[in-house]
Amino acid sequence: MSENSSSATTKISTYLTMIVLIVLALSMVALISSVNLFVGGNEVAAGYLLVIGLIAMALSLYVMVQSRKRIADMKIEAPKVMTTIECRKCGFKSVREFQRGDFVFKELDPCQKCNEKMLITAIFKEVREREKPFAF
Amino acid sequence: MLAVLPAVTGQLGGAGDSISQILSILFYVIFIVFLFYGQRIQMYVMIREVEGSLYKLKYIKDEGRRIAIETIKELGKPQTDPSARVDRYLDYFTISPQSMDPAGIVYKLDHILDVRDTRLKDEVKLMAPASDEVQVNNLENTLEAAMALNYIYKVVRHYYIQGKKTLSLYIIMQLQMILPLVMKEAEAYASALKAFAYGQPIGDGVGPLVAAKLMHGYETRKVPKDCVVAEVPLEGRTALIMKAEGPGGNVGKPGDAIKAVIEENKGKIAAVIMIDAGLKLEGEMVGEVAEGVGAAIGGPGVDQYKIEEALVDYHIPIYAVIVKEDIGDAVSPMRKEISDSVDKVIERVKSVILERTKEGDKVIIFGVGNTIGIGQ
Ligand SMILES: [Zn+2]
Repeated sequence: MSENSSSATTKISTYLTMIVLIVLALSMVALISSVNLFVGGNEVAAGYLLVIGLIAMALSLYVMVQSRKRIADMKIEAPKVMTTIECRKCGFKSVREFQRGDFVFKELDPCQKCNEKMLITAIFKEVREREKPFAF
Repeated sequence: MLAVLPAVTGQLGGAGDSISQILSILFYVIFIVFLFYGQRIQMYVMIREVEGSLYKLKYIKDEGRRIAIETIKELGKPQTDPSARVDRYLDYFTISPQSMDPAGIVYKLDHILDVRDTRLKDEVKLMAPASDEVQVNNLENTLEAAMALNYIYKVVRHYYIQGKKTLSLYIIMQLQMILPLVMKEAEAYASALKAFAYGQPIGDGVGPLVAAKLMHGYETRKVPKDCVVAEVPLEGRTALIMKAEGPGGNVGKPGDAIKAVIEENKGKIAAVIMIDAGLKLEGEMVGEVAEGVGAAIGGPGVDQYKIEEALVDYHIPIYAVIVKEDIGDAVSPMRKEISDSVDKVIERVKSVILERTKEGDKVIIFGVGNTIGIGQ
């Protein structure tokens, strides 16, 4: 079942890339013949071909970039998770990357300054807010 | 505009006459094609959009399966390859009880959920024999997230294939319309899965985190089921602080636990305060604290029902303090804003206790949520 659907999707996407390539080729032809016409003295027709060629080229490039972007979107970015370690006695505090086995209120090795056991007090990830704040 | 262009090209053609003619014919052809096949073209565009999302869903689902299997191999050290067992697990389903005659359905649902929980835990123990209690809980949560991803992928694929087979604009349109929300949910499950696999606290754990901070350093004892309680002096009152037992991934059964503690105290409880993560609306800030009344607890509703039942029997008021976050924040590793809101929540809880109870009273404070990565 899954093989069936994935082969169908690849078929459609190759179909699409084919169309994009054909449009790209046609736009090239339009541009070249536009240059030919311009040299031949027919400036108006050359202008039209130029416009059409440019639009077709821009469109096909846009579609190509868009599908590239979609592939890049696939990767799920995971921000780093940090662990805050504190000493309850002297207040010594440090932040390091999360390690497997960490949990909040876990006791760790004794503090470097005094001999009190260190404690994990927080585990969190910091997210850089990407969305723009709205005016409301 | 398109119809005017060929006329203009025709007039100004001059020496490039044949090219102008070709161009005008081309314009007419495009015009007619769009006139008759516009909807079909629109449909193909939609199918393509759905396809892109389906690709991504497949990727997310496979990634989830891979992480789950890897984690099982790493923690459980199984003798044989767990892949086949994991695949079987991912298709596990639960049938909810018949609701034609709804009397007593809560306890039927409760029973079925218990059976499911035991069954899935046993399955995890078979898959990962070397893992301890905490790891079994985390692995179960990991596999459940993978299960959800698998299900989402299958449903979206179903409607996609159905839409392509029938070429019905309406099937594809419905799918395409809800797809952004579906994708958001899938991404949330994907990040949840990673958090569960590593044992990192998630946003939903803000309730247990507050409870842990209040009870840390005091003696705790277990109450049914999978919960802990500690007696803590707070503002001249005795607070019975409760949470699910950490640091394994676990929500416990707050309904049974609160009922048990109320009955232990023969109903002499001045108030119950529940702390939970609440869904925020777009535009609200993550980590905002809000206050209200009622049993703040999600899930299938069994625990909420039991808590409300116990409270009505003894006429105990119930207050809720929630921390606002969206569904993605709730199941992915805890954001700093949420972790930082703990002190604000404690202030709110203290003010509720001061305003709503008298000195010497007993109050229950329950931190609701998944306590993964949070001890006590
Ligand atoms: Zn120290």
